[in-house]
Order: sequence, then structure tokens, then C-alpha cells
Amino acid sequence: MSALTSRPTAAPAVITATAAERRRRNAKRGWNVVGLLVFVVTAFPVYWMINTAFKPAKDAIDPKPHFFPWPVSLENFRRALNISDFWGPVERSLIVSASTVVIGAIIGLLAALAISRFAFRGRKVVIVGILTVQMVPLVAMIIPVFLLLNQIHQIDKLSGLVLTYLTFVLPFTVWTLRGFIVNIPKELEEAAMVDGCSRTGAFIRVVFPLLAPGLVATSIYAFIQAWNEFLYALLVMSQEHETATVWLGTFTTQHGTEYAPMMAGSTMMGVPVVILFLLVQRRMAAGLTAGAVKG
Amino acid sequence: MSAAETTTTKVPPPRRHSSPPGRGPGRARVRRGNRVRLGRALTPWLLLAPCLLVLVLVLGYPLIKLGTLSFQDYKKPQLWGFKPATWVGFDNYQAILKDQEFWDVVVRTILFAASAVILTMVLGMLIALLLQRVSGWVRTLINIALVASWAMPVVVAVTVFKWMFDSDYGVVNWTLSQIPGVDYSGHNWFASGPEGLSVIMLQVVWGAIPFVVITLSAGLTQVPKELEEAARLDGADAFGVFRYVTFPIIKPLVVMMTTLSIIWDMGVFAQVWLMRGGHPEPEFQLLTTYSYDKAFGVNDYATGSAIALLTVLLLLGVVAVYMRQMLKIGEVE
Repeated sequence: MSALTSRPTAAPAVITATAAERRRRNAKRGWNVVGLLVFVVTAFPVYWMINTAFKPAKDAIDPKPHFFPWPVSLENFRRALNISDFWGPVERSLIVSASTVVIGAIIGLLAALAISRFAFRGRKVVIVGILTVQMVPLVAMIIPVFLLLNQIHQIDKLSGLVLTYLTFVLPFTVWTLRGFIVNIPKELEEAAMVDGCSRTGAFIRVVFPLLAPGLVATSIYAFIQAWNEFLYALLVMSQEHETATVWLGTFTTQHGTEYAPMMAGSTMMGVPVVILFLLVQRRMAAGLTAGAVKG
Repeated sequence: MSAAETTTTKVPPPRRHSSPPGRGPGRARVRRGNRVRLGRALTPWLLLAPCLLVLVLVLGYPLIKLGTLSFQDYKKPQLWGFKPATWVGFDNYQAILKDQEFWDVVVRTILFAASAVILTMVLGMLIALLLQRVSGWVRTLINIALVASWAMPVVVAVTVFKWMFDSDYGVVNWTLSQIPGVDYSGHNWFASGPEGLSVIMLQVVWGAIPFVVITLSAGLTQVPKELEEAARLDGADAFGVFRYVTFPIIKPLVVMMTTLSIIWDMGVFAQVWLMRGGHPEPEFQLLTTYSYDKAFGVNDYATGSAIALLTVLLLLGVVAVYMRQMLKIGEVE
């Protein structure tokens, strides 16, 4: 700016410009250092988990920490898999999460369409209602939900768990999908209808293809939430039918808590989720804020 | 939510879309017959039906049940159906409110949640502002780290933190001991409640910051550069620009994030439960674990429900603020 304001006198302008530039570059360097510090602190727990998982168990409990997993060892993973059944819980978690997502996506998509593409009396109440539901702390609901599942004989059943997971997946799915749908111009649909499409036809041929990426992102996000859930899984399922999170949460060996295999288990559970999340995060953030700002 | 269903029964004559003003609506209304109009009015409710049904079954009904339970005597015999539940009026509440332990837990929970929320919001805001100032590659690095900690399952994160803060082999004790004159080797972080809860809080904040940063960053990109520049030319320093230009624009987002953080941090359960190996000591109890212990530890479901309900009431004040914000969003439509 200073370069612009003092243009008439050419020589000083150049000097101030370079000085300002240098100052700006120095400031940026300073911010970068702070930024790297933030990066190190935030990334450390993840790095430490992977680091511990891959080093020999002996190194993990060396009083002087080893900051690199050298020599690389897969021993911890082998132990983690042998201590108790790993694939059973993983399979159950996959079934539960996938069912939750599929049911949630179908029901949620219909509801999202209703509140984003139709004008009707009570729409605002529904929108506010869904947002309110999203805020009910799930922890406060465990007792009555447990009694409800007990009444309808869904304790220790995967279907019962799916039902409870819908409580948090559904409101979220509806709200996010609404954000994506609002962003698709209504004129596209109307053009299709003018050209002879039915309302349903217009939706399937025009809106759905545009919505698909958002739907995938929302589904993956919902999948991760269901996959990560711990409290209801702990309460509803018996120990022989535990899910992956409970498997890790109650991970103990006959030698007490062994952290190195535990970190291997954590890595197996956490890293796939992180990769999935990295794939959809950008789109999700866009969808969430689109919904928030556009209203 | 119950309000939503009450309106489902009577469907008034429909109104046309709020969208493209000027063309369409008038003509359409003339052309369409009564039957079509009724069909149009029913369509959104048919689309909503499955969603509302599920929410009523798994949220509405339990919510009412939570209320009724708290006024009953409901223990193991009632659970197994050997004895009917009997109404006891306010007995449960009276017993809880007289219990000093309950009040200790309330104070602890509020302190815990308040510190966690403040820490999350302040750090989140600072990191979001920082992200605007760093070079692209640093921003990418931080974003990857944030997304990784966001996606981490709570169970995994808790396990990792427990390991980092382990008294004998934990990397934190070792790092602190590197500071001259400080010896933390063998230090047990969970020997005292406040210290242990601080570690738990650190983990909660670590997991909560990414969502705040990513949302606030998205909000910050919508702050017009010209406005900030104008303020700077008018002589505002960095803080002034933030206080009078940037913050007012992103304030709705900040309010929303704060409210959500309060709800989430008041609901912290798994972290405490897991860090303490499934049996939190009295000085680690928060309202959530306290209610859980009462219900599933000693099978007093009624008292547990009453505590849970009191927790929800405590949250209601906060929720009122959030609701106002949401209503505003509803009005914009």
C-alpha cells in the first residue's frame, strides 16, 4: 500500500516497497515457525501411536524414548491380533456402521428433500426440531434407550445398535444433505420439468447426479461416526459380541496393560478412519458451511 | 421435537414455493386442481415420515421415559418385570439434591466443561487466524494434522493419551524431565482428581479443536479483504481489525461452535470412563459417569435418570441461545 500512496516520488517508493516486503516476508517466516509448532503438537499423538506400534516391544518400554521405530517390527500387530479375536469385532462394527449409513442415507435423503425443496406449513418447526434433536446429549439418553431396547428384545443384537446409532446419524445426515441440495439451483429441475420430466424424473436425472458426491461424503462421515461410537456399543452388546471400539477400550492382556500391542490395535482402528476422513473432509466442510451460511 | 409431530396431523392448503418470485406461482395455482394441491401438500410429509418415525421411536419416546422414570422407583426387579414400577413423586430428586456428592459432581462438571470450552474456542480461533497467515505448505501440514486428530476414534485417542501420560514409560514425563531442575520420572498423573481431569481435558480439547478450526477458517475466508484493509488504513491495529471487523462477521459461527462445544463437553463420558479403566474414582466423576454408575453400577435406574434429567436442564440455558441462532437461520429461508 505504501508503494501506491507515494508513487509520485519514485525512488523512496521503491525503498519503502522493499522494506515493507522484507518486513512482510519476515512476519510470514515468524508465522510459519508458529504454524510448524502447532503442527508438531497436534500431530504428535498420532505420530507417537504409529511410532510405538512399529517398534520392538522392548524399545517401547525403554525409559529413554525412541523417536523412530527402528528396527521396524510387526511383532506388536501379531500380538494384538492374537490376544483376543480382532476380526469378529471388526466385522460386527462394519455391519453395524454400514447398515446405519444405508438406512440413514435413504431416510435422511427423503427428509432433506422435503425440507429443502418443498414449501409447507410446519417446515420451520421440522428444521428447528431436527437441529434440536441433534443437540440432545446422547449420554443422558442411555438409561431410557437401554430400557426401550430391553422391552423390544434388542439387547445384544446388532439391529438394536443400528437403531440407536440412527439417533445421531439421522439428524446430521438430514442437515448436511439439505446444505448440499440447497446449493443445487432449482432452475435446473424446473428446466427438466419444462422439457417433459416428471418431478421424480427431474430429481433422478438432474438433482441426484449433482448430489451424489455430497451424498457419498455425508455417508462416509456418518460411517465414521458410527464406527467410532463407544458408549452404546459398550452398553448394548455383550462381551462376546463386542464391537471394535469396545474391543480396543477393554484391551488388556494377561500381563496387564501392554501399551505396544495396544498402539498396534489403535493404529489398525484409527489409520483407516483417518484416510477415509481425509478423502471427504474438504467436501464435508464445504457442505456444512454452505448449509450454515446460506441458511 | 414433539412440536414437529403435532403439526403433522392437519395439513393446511399448500403455498407455492418461496422461490422464483414473479413467474410461475400464479399460473400454477390456477391450473392445478384441488386434488393435486392436496397431493402436493402431503408429499413433503410422506417424505419426512420415516425420518420422524425413527426419531420419535428412539429419541422422543426415551425422552419421555427419562422424565417418568425419574419419578419412579425403578431397580433390578422392575427391570426384569418381577415388580411394577411405583411412583415416588420427588423422592429421587430430594435424595439427590440433599447429597453433597452430587453437588461436588455438578461443580466439577461445570468447571471441567467451562475450561474445556474456553480452551477449545480460544485455541481454535487462534489457529484459524494463524492458518490465514502461514505459507501454503504449512497450512496443508496443519490441516492434515487437524483432520487426523478429528477422525481419530475417541477410544483410540484416549488409549494414546493414556500411553503418553504413563507414569513409568510415558513420553510426557520424559520430556518434562528434560527441563533442568524438573523431575517427573514416575509421576502419576492420575493420582489426583484435578490433575487427572486436566489430562482428560487436554485430550478432549485436542479432539475438539479441528472442528472449530476448520469451521472458523471457512468462515474467515468469507470476511471481505477490503473491509479489513480499510480498517487498517484507518489506523486500526491487528487486534482492532479483529475486534471490530473480523469478529462481528464470524460471530454467528462462534456462537454456534461455542454452544455445540458446551453440549459436547458437558457430555464427556467415554474419555473419563476409559482413562479410569471403567471405574472412575469419586474425584473423577462427572455428571455423565455419575448417572451411568448409579444406573448400571448399582441398578438404580430411577436415580440415574433423575441425574441425567438434571444435566439436561442444566444445558437448557445454553441451548436457548443456540435455538435463537437456529431460529434466525430458519427465518432466512
